[in-house]
Amino acid sequence: MSIAEVPQGRLRSPFYSRISAADTVNQWHEWKGYSSADALYCEDTEYFAIRNATAVFDLTPMTKYRITGPDAPEYINRLVTRDMNRIKTGRVAYAVWCDDRGQVIDDGTIFHLKEGEYRLCSQERHFAWLQTAAIGFDVSIVLETEDIAALAVQGPTSFTVLSTMGLNGLEDLKPFGLMNFDFDGADLMVSRTGFTGDLGYELWIEPGKAELLWDALFEAGKLHGIRAMGTNALELARIEAGYLAAYQDFLPADATMRAGRTRSPLELGLGWLVDFKKPNFNGRRALAEEKRRGSAWRLVKLDIEGNKPAHHSYIFAKEKGNKSEIGFITSAAWSPVCKQNIAIGTVRTPHGAVGSTVWVEVFYQREMHWSRAMAQATVVDKPFWFPPRRSATPPGRY
Amino acid sequence: MTDRYDAIVVGGGHNGLVCSALLGKAGKQVLVLEANDQVGGAAVTREFVDGFAVSACAHLLYQLQPSVRKDLKLSPKLASEDMTTVVLDEQGEHVRIQGNSVLGVSDADAKSFRGFHKRMTRFADLLRTYLNKPPPRLGTRGLSDLLTLGRLGIDIRLLGKTEMREFLRLIGMNIHDELDERFESSLLKGALSLDAVLGTHLGPRSPNTIMTYLYRLAGDHGRVASPTGGMGSISDELAKAARESGVTIRTAMPVSRIIIDNGRVAGVETENGERFDSMTVVSNADPKRTIMDLVGARHVETGFTHRIHHLRMRGNAAKLHLALDGLPTIAGLSKKDYAERILIAPDEHYVERAFNPAKYGESSPEPVLEITFPSFRDAKLAPPSQHVMSAVVQYAPYDRKGGWTDAARQEFEAAAIRAIERFAPDIAQRITASELLTPADIEREFHITGGHWHHGELTLDQFLFVRPVCSAAQYRMPVDGLYLCGAGAHPGGGVSGAAGRNAARAILSREKAA
Repeated sequence: MSIAEVPQGRLRSPFYSRISAADTVNQWHEWKGYSSADALYCEDTEYFAIRNATAVFDLTPMTKYRITGPDAPEYINRLVTRDMNRIKTGRVAYAVWCDDRGQVIDDGTIFHLKEGEYRLCSQERHFAWLQTAAIGFDVSIVLETEDIAALAVQGPTSFTVLSTMGLNGLEDLKPFGLMNFDFDGADLMVSRTGFTGDLGYELWIEPGKAELLWDALFEAGKLHGIRAMGTNALELARIEAGYLAAYQDFLPADATMRAGRTRSPLELGLGWLVDFKKPNFNGRRALAEEKRRGSAWRLVKLDIEGNKPAHHSYIFAKEKGNKSEIGFITSAAWSPVCKQNIAIGTVRTPHGAVGSTVWVEVFYQREMHWSRAMAQATVVDKPFWFPPRRSATPPGRY
Repeated sequence: MTDRYDAIVVGGGHNGLVCSALLGKAGKQVLVLEANDQVGGAAVTREFVDGFAVSACAHLLYQLQPSVRKDLKLSPKLASEDMTTVVLDEQGEHVRIQGNSVLGVSDADAKSFRGFHKRMTRFADLLRTYLNKPPPRLGTRGLSDLLTLGRLGIDIRLLGKTEMREFLRLIGMNIHDELDERFESSLLKGALSLDAVLGTHLGPRSPNTIMTYLYRLAGDHGRVASPTGGMGSISDELAKAARESGVTIRTAMPVSRIIIDNGRVAGVETENGERFDSMTVVSNADPKRTIMDLVGARHVETGFTHRIHHLRMRGNAAKLHLALDGLPTIAGLSKKDYAERILIAPDEHYVERAFNPAKYGESSPEPVLEITFPSFRDAKLAPPSQHVMSAVVQYAPYDRKGGWTDAARQEFEAAAIRAIERFAPDIAQRITASELLTPADIEREFHITGGHWHHGELTLDQFLFVRPVCSAAQYRMPVDGLYLCGAGAHPGGGVSGAAGRNAARAILSREKAA
């Protein structure tokens, strides 16, 4: 291969021709080597498409690994903290994986494609860790990010759109389920998964059929408010759904230098993903010890008074007195659909129990001058946005 | 029907025997399962040809710890004690080293050696204190760990300003530079170089070779002995001590796996399908074999597996055993010199050159040798008026390019004989039979991964609180009930019994704490 043949610059997703055609604002960023749009016309409109119609997001750059081989089930089960034996073929699991110190490396979804065959999807790349974890196991780990074109189709009318497109039988697909369809002679895999906390699906197909799929989807969605969206709208939706983002709400343990900057799943409110009944998994010994001794940090979802987003704010135990600082905000937004000022943050234990009150220091700018307000916030348990339609099976025809 | 024991020791090497004997003495029901037909691991005596017996792997005793002797009331019979090291010279002007004295060199060298020896033994004594206790854990607030760690710091400081500086300067250094600064005699430099690299995958110019030299001295100030009846006699005595304290020893019982049940040790299974139950399993096998083969990666976590997988343990020392119809003639050797430890390492560059090919997976065309004639003082080892020669020959890399084929073995054996012939021209005529054990053979026969004596290279990154790997350096492995008691654990190899004794103490004190 000559230098001229090596792809230069950012990669283009197989949907690039369609997304760039829909694009009016020319606002892009890099996501794992790919060009990915921040927004295509107006992020607010795109966001409302998620909540009121159907929004389509190109998630091809999402890192995807295919894990196969005789030891694949045991390998996966040692890798992640939850019990993967309970995830049957045709099911998807949200999972988190840790290092030996029980600190989170990343979270992601694991698709049990066939008996003993998995796909692991995550925002970050983990080939080195997955290979290291394979020592002593008969497994094969293949990076397949470029081999699969993927779209998130999210929003209340998403089911109607996909049915209109001709995906018969989709009504039986439960959340975290998988179904395969024939699409123009290719295998189209549909999973009822997403990062928006709404009714929604993710579509997986070979790159050669990507444009055809896009066109069919938008044709079917014409009367159902379908729109393409960028990352900004998705970011707002995921905060409403209470989902965590790597490098924002936690740092991958293998990417931190300073002591104490990592988080365990228990500290991220993901204790439900840690199955101590499993005799061994990465981080088990450390997590059992943490459970015994108590965690240092707690992730909190905050409902904050006022309407100024509490970006990067410190969290205090009391309204007055700097010494009562207990943590900080990691994600914040005004939620249009909840009409709430919401945030995700991290506080030192024992602070941050559900139902307790904390104070958030909000800085805001008015005509160059900065102002500071102390806003009262309540620690809430449930995701801010959790509509019944998200999990209704069969889904409603909106 | 299975038997239940308080502890099962996998492997009846000398450390396994020491450990089991001490556990037995503490009132535990202990079972030792040894794969081979005789106990002792790499410290065994066996016939390699009818009538000729030899210490099959380890052949000299220089580290058996006084604490082990005392605890188990051992009194090994020694055929040769406090052996002199004779470095052969082609002109017969051999150099003889014993303790702090060296003969056959200039007055300046002799004087310089006294100073060198004094300093080195002082440093070695410092190490020695720490060989006989579990290393402190790093990053904990445990009082005893902090005290030991603090004590180490204080001990280094108490050397005094100059000596502390020297210690810190030397500990990571290569021995070649230090020898080159101090001595003029090539033979002396060759001998000390060889002492530093024996049994390692290091050459005298490799960093860390001062530490390996110190480790050698730490045992017993470098005093070397040859036990009557070979090294097997030490193991037999240890086995006797173990049996007397109630330990059951079963030989020809290779363990196929350590049974893990619900995340903790539950017993072991042997190759013939027998199962033995115990909540405590102590492995005398090397760390890699223990974790990767006997336990299995799925029962430990990824970071730990990774560290164990990457342990450096590629053996580089071969054993050569010769049956001789008489002693070879070596010009300049007196009769009684044949009882001593004889080295072929004519100068320090020769040693480094011998190492060079090993870096690229080739064996040395001009190897270095450590030779003994154990039958000289211990006539039972050979038929009347005949002799056995036992030699360590370096370098013979475990993962030799092209493998250890018959041709490769013959080539290396011939190279060793040629090296001896330079000093003993009649050696070839005297040979009636021979046996060469490459690291690959040592791996097969003694079940040591890589055929490495020390169960893992003895270097600063695999030493003390990081031996075999960090977070598992206190004999306890990260599987409940699993312990390590062999050379792969602190402090390392050599027939010292220190690892076995420390492990037994760690197990007993753990039990007390629980």
